Amino acid sequence: MELLLQQVMAGLATGAIYACMALAVVMIYQAIDHLNFAQGEMAMFSTFVAWQLIEWGQPYWLAFVLSIALSFVGGVAIERILFRPLHRAPVLSNLVSFIALFGILNSAAGFIWDFNVKTFPTPFGTRPLFGSALIDTHEAGMIGVTLLMLLLLYGFFRGTRLGLAMRAAAENPESARLVGIRVGWMTALGWGMAAAIGAVAGMLIAPVVFLEPNMMGGVLLYGFAGAVLGGLTSPGGAVIGGFAVGVIENLAGAFIPYVGRELKLTIALVLIVAVLMVRPSGLFGRTVVSRV
Amino acid sequence: MSTPREEAVPFEAARPIQLARPQRRHLAIAAFVVAALLLPLAAQSFITFQLTLVMVYGLAILGLNLLTGFNGQFSLGHSAFYGIGAYTAAILMDRWDLPYFCTLPAAGAVCFAVGFLFGLPALRLQGIYLALATFALAIAMPQILKFDPLEGLTGGVQGISILKPDPPFGMPIDADQWLYYFTLAVILVMFAGAASLAHSRTGRAMMAIRDNPIAAAAMGINTALYKSLTFGVSALYTGVAGALGAIAVQFVAPDSFSYLLSVSLLVGLVVGGVGSIPGSLFGGVFVLFVPNLAERVSTGLAGAIYGVILLIVIFVMPSGAAGFARLTIGRLTGSRQPRP
Amino acid sequence: MMLEVSGLSAFYGENQALFGVDFAVGEGGIRTLLGANGAGKTTVLRALCGMVRSEGEIRFDGARITGGATEDIVRLGVAHVPEGRGTFVRLTVEENLQLGAMTRRDRAGIARDIAEVYAHFPRLRERRAQQAGTLSGGEQQMLAVGRALMLRPRLMLLDEPSFGLAPLIVEELFAILGRVNRETGVAMLIVEQNAALALELAEHAYLLEVGHIVMQGSAAEIGADEAVRRAYLGY
Repeated sequence: MELLLQQVMAGLATGAIYACMALAVVMIYQAIDHLNFAQGEMAMFSTFVAWQLIEWGQPYWLAFVLSIALSFVGGVAIERILFRPLHRAPVLSNLVSFIALFGILNSAAGFIWDFNVKTFPTPFGTRPLFGSALIDTHEAGMIGVTLLMLLLLYGFFRGTRLGLAMRAAAENPESARLVGIRVGWMTALGWGMAAAIGAVAGMLIAPVVFLEPNMMGGVLLYGFAGAVLGGLTSPGGAVIGGFAVGVIENLAGAFIPYVGRELKLTIALVLIVAVLMVRPSGLFGRTVVSRV
Repeated sequence: MSTPREEAVPFEAARPIQLARPQRRHLAIAAFVVAALLLPLAAQSFITFQLTLVMVYGLAILGLNLLTGFNGQFSLGHSAFYGIGAYTAAILMDRWDLPYFCTLPAAGAVCFAVGFLFGLPALRLQGIYLALATFALAIAMPQILKFDPLEGLTGGVQGISILKPDPPFGMPIDADQWLYYFTLAVILVMFAGAASLAHSRTGRAMMAIRDNPIAAAAMGINTALYKSLTFGVSALYTGVAGALGAIAVQFVAPDSFSYLLSVSLLVGLVVGGVGSIPGSLFGGVFVLFVPNLAERVSTGLAGAIYGVILLIVIFVMPSGAAGFARLTIGRLTGSRQPRP
Repeated sequence: MMLEVSGLSAFYGENQALFGVDFAVGEGGIRTLLGANGAGKTTVLRALCGMVRSEGEIRFDGARITGGATEDIVRLGVAHVPEGRGTFVRLTVEENLQLGAMTRRDRAGIARDIAEVYAHFPRLRERRAQQAGTLSGGEQQMLAVGRALMLRPRLMLLDEPSFGLAPLIVEELFAILGRVNRETGVAMLIVEQNAALALELAEHAYLLEVGHIVMQGSAAEIGADEAVRRAYLGY
């Protein structure tokens, strides 16, 4: 029982990472109807930028804020320069562009900062939380920040005019234009926000998995899995999905024989696919009824 | 999100490339075959080997094309089928001493079965969810291949080595050239098969399902059966390619068949032209040579260079080489291609 | 005239759908564009909003808007109620109305206008927090009209507002359109297959056939024309 609880808590802690990533993934998906395969690399790059600022002597909080701001601008720029010209290209061409972006960011990061593992500081410290052996302060901090971001996003989308405009543009671009919304800029904004969220995710994750160009590969995949499990239309669902993936992965590793590190991912994915068979739009996704 | 300013019809999905007149197409194919036959006689061994691999990848991409380009089902899992084909060939040749040419039908059959069986539950999934499911398959494959209890069969992490076949009947060509011609013969047959499938009723049914599944079903097409069969055939093609690849490389190991291969196949598909049969071959060329090219430009930034080249290709040819060729031919001949 | 169109041609890719049509709508006027399926009526409205590749002269208040961006044309005060209503089905009724006012900044005015839309369409007020996709066809049409009104437009373009609606609802809708026109002076260009109702509401009509305007005149004239009666009015 103790073991189960431990594994669940550990799962929630790693799940916070995936939840963060899943949130960024859903954000962009809502804006552009595609999964951004380069999301992880963007987050990684943002984290390196923050790391560099800290190396140059800046305080953590400044590096944190600057990295988010720069990531936002970067996300907007990538959309305007790279993906806007491609918006009429077939879906698969867009997909390949994401792959290209992935390669560019990964390779560039390795070139600029090399592939050696680096440490990244955490503002939360790593002391056990309230003396408990189950979870430490950084892990609690991750969970807290993820939930806070979720809350802010919810407030933004439900409570502001701009948020409403973005939702409208994502749902029905043609009708959005007919009410005067500049749909192109809404997409760019979505990218910027996703990049910013990714930056936060990266900076939270780096203290745990250590900073190096390949740190986000597995995380992104789990993030996707969590987003899909939760349902790609629901940021809240994505967060829950991310936590769920973390717990499932940990429990599978602990309790199913033969499942070493290698197979944990497969098990997690298989379980998710199984869920999708029963609920094809994810746990909290809305089934889109299309009229013929 | 598209601006319907200029085109109120949706951006056209690539269709099988059709030159203006059938005679031109036959001429082009004949020229290609002649060139292909003569190349290895003039080229060095290593080039011949690389060209063999180009054909292998082209065939693998064609398999993916059948599923994604013609039937609209998304797959990030074709590295698994390639791997299954490769391992089938290796196991049959190494453990059971079967001659290499027997391994192709076997690999095809095994992959067809796996593909069909995978296609059945996959019927419930669409788009991005199907992509994730197939991606799970791609991730799982190397791990299954390394699975301890199966080590006796698969050779575990170390994989299996096999011998390159010798030319039969004591022909005056070396093993690389023989393998090239063998592969060429196989892909000519299989590409022709795919072309005939595309133009048949079955092919039209597949494409109907891609373009409008509801209408296709309303017309009486058994979408479930066609979709699963297409999965099977697609896996078969990629599996045979895997077998050919294993024979050419003389070696199979689990990490060669990771999700990265799936990504490469996808890139090759898009660059060649989704829905274009000859395009698949061009995709094979791209996927084999461009990463090496990128590495030669700069080892440190190889990935970035590859990415930049890829982006340039996508920008210049958003519908792949086939789409670009169609546009250029249209402009050169001045003929307006009828919208298919 | 507020809206003046001359020599308008429109293209879907390589296919030409409109062949040099001319028409106009005056300040506060109601005009209707009649025609069978496939005549190009929807294309006309889409061309006015920059949603289709067009050539020719479209002038709004004297300024040329051919080829302009939809978002900019909307800001001039042109509200388009599209074919199929274009409702934001996942958003609530109230959110749909708020979206109609997206280009405005006067919060008090917006709130007043929402109240006025609910006054015209009480059924919408009942369903204000419901997802728009759960509304019936008639209610969605009213919502679409309401959303267009939120722009405080000078010109409303309506694409087959009667489509798929029960006759009683259609009469109610057209009555409201008439009332809105009288009270606020918003001009309307109504595209319709249901010629009878459209001719009752409008003062001037155009007849579109396969991309050409083949007849125009006052609503009364058009309604009295023998050929029109046979083809479009059923008697």
